Amino acid sequence: MTPSNTTSAAAPAITAGTPNRREGQVRGSRTPAQRIITAVAFIVLVFVALLMFVPFLFSVATSFKTAPDAAQLTLGSMFWPREWTLAAYRTALDSNIQRWFFNSALVALIWVIGRAAIDTLAGYAFARMQFPGRDFMFMLILGTMMVPGIVMIIPRFILLKDLGILNTYGALTIPFLADAFGIFLMKQFFESIPIDLEDAARIDGASRFQIFRTIILPNAVPAVSALAIFSFQGSWNNFLEPLIFISGGNTDLYTLPVGLANFKSQYQTNWPVLMAIAVITTVPIALFFIVFQRYFIASNVSSGVKG
Amino acid sequence: MQLAMSRQRRKPRNPTATEDAIAGWIFIAPAIILVSVFVFWPIVQIFWLSFHEWSVITPEKPWVGLQNYRDFFHNPDFKLAFRNTLWYSIGVVPVQTFLGIFLAVLANQKIRGRGFFRTAFYFPSISSTVVIAVIFLWLYQQNGLINFVLRKIGFSPPQPPWLANPKGVIQMALDTVGIHHVNPWFAGPSVALLSIMMMAIWTSMGSYMVIFLAGLQDIPAEVYEAAALDGANARQQFFGITIPMLRPVIFFVVTLGFIGTFQVFDSIYIMAPGGAPAKTTLTLGYLVYQQGFQNFAMGYASAVAIVLFAIILAIYFVQRRIIGRGDQL
Repeated sequence: MTPSNTTSAAAPAITAGTPNRREGQVRGSRTPAQRIITAVAFIVLVFVALLMFVPFLFSVATSFKTAPDAAQLTLGSMFWPREWTLAAYRTALDSNIQRWFFNSALVALIWVIGRAAIDTLAGYAFARMQFPGRDFMFMLILGTMMVPGIVMIIPRFILLKDLGILNTYGALTIPFLADAFGIFLMKQFFESIPIDLEDAARIDGASRFQIFRTIILPNAVPAVSALAIFSFQGSWNNFLEPLIFISGGNTDLYTLPVGLANFKSQYQTNWPVLMAIAVITTVPIALFFIVFQRYFIASNVSSGVKG
Repeated sequence: MQLAMSRQRRKPRNPTATEDAIAGWIFIAPAIILVSVFVFWPIVQIFWLSFHEWSVITPEKPWVGLQNYRDFFHNPDFKLAFRNTLWYSIGVVPVQTFLGIFLAVLANQKIRGRGFFRTAFYFPSISSTVVIAVIFLWLYQQNGLINFVLRKIGFSPPQPPWLANPKGVIQMALDTVGIHHVNPWFAGPSVALLSIMMMAIWTSMGSYMVIFLAGLQDIPAEVYEAAALDGANARQQFFGITIPMLRPVIFFVVTLGFIGTFQVFDSIYIMAPGGAPAKTTLTLGYLVYQQGFQNFAMGYASAVAIVLFAIILAIYFVQRRIIGRGDQL
């Protein structure tokens, strides 16, 4: 996936208020017909859930198999290796994967911190300040959500080359630090905070900066967390730009997806090793997802869809 | 006290107007600078580049006018990429939207474990496309899981295997009724491209379900109750209430779907390098990469990128025209 530079129509669900969970619409007593419908729906959903899990389970199982075992599929050994081995993980660790993991983590951290700072400031200004050119600048920034990464990849490559930061962490981070979707999200959030809090402080003579630091930021923790989570996800899964901005020889600067892609072309059919790297790449985002699920799902409603 | 404050709010806040003007620009400055350098400038640059011929390696960059665009008409790769991308989009978007609605309606029943289903279906869309593509690359192998399951339940897997099969699927269907010569535009996506399309649908349908589920839960229960009192059956309720009420969400999702699918790159890079087999998986996004970074034809690649951008903008504006202006972006 390219990080989705996509637009949002449904307003983000992250607001100052508490989330409002609603139950299904069917309430009260149910007729036998409804029971049958519900049962069929349940069975279909279980089937689809299996369909969703099987590829992941299969890849985890494969990562613990020997190469010949993996090539010989049988019903019994599909999800349960005949002979458990860590050989694939050892091969993976013999490569540069620790370094790629570190790079992915470092790049994600820079994205998260950079966007939290830049998008929060801009979102607040667009939500609450009056200044000339505000609406125009906001529309300009929103417009950038329509420009996909693949369209900009050539001029960005040339620009980074001219700036002399191709093959550096700078190339993997700086172009992504301001993000229209994040700014939009923070603006929406700040508009949902009662303005009276700020007004009281203004009357006491606080400056914009003081208000932002002492009143706004402490209240913005949930929205900033949501922003941090999308940024982490975007960075962790980003592929196109790291692929182009880090040239082939610089394996020390690869992130995990680029490392995996590179491994794929080297170890074409060594499936246990490829699956081991896939598992290592997926575990952090999976843990993140389990812990912060609420934010992921809220963001989904308003953020992009994979290409 | 509160009254006094709310009255204060309605008055223009003059004393701080200058402070706001300065502070406002300071607050947005980092974002504006970054966006200008890394988005606006590249957009200007790419138009300019598309009128040149440039290999990056050499400093010469002759102006060629519209030549790169004229090349589209006699360059078979562009036509192929355009056709494949079109098949990919019109195959993936309706199916993933339909499945999203279908799953959302099911999950909106009073069902045990709805939260679990939402999580399970959503998981693929937070995973890296590269990871998913590598997993599916294996599932689609000759001795992979998909063929294994097909054989177990008595179907014969396609030959050559999925990702190596360049035959158009519509052509294959027509072959069985004795029509062997079909215009390549109507031969359909190749089996290989279809494999990648199915993976894309698998990846995204869960996140579509979550969007539609949110939409369904915004429909007031009273509307259904009133319809039921008037004697509307389940099907009438579905087509008379659910679908019309979901229409804005459907438009939104279809637009996002087209915009997303037109950019497809990552999965092609992993599963079908070079647009293999026989360039039947070559897409516009991949063509930009291939021309720019493998053939070093930066000018030509820029022109392809601009066409891609124009298509995406067109989809976006068509959506705007249909939905009309609102609070939407």
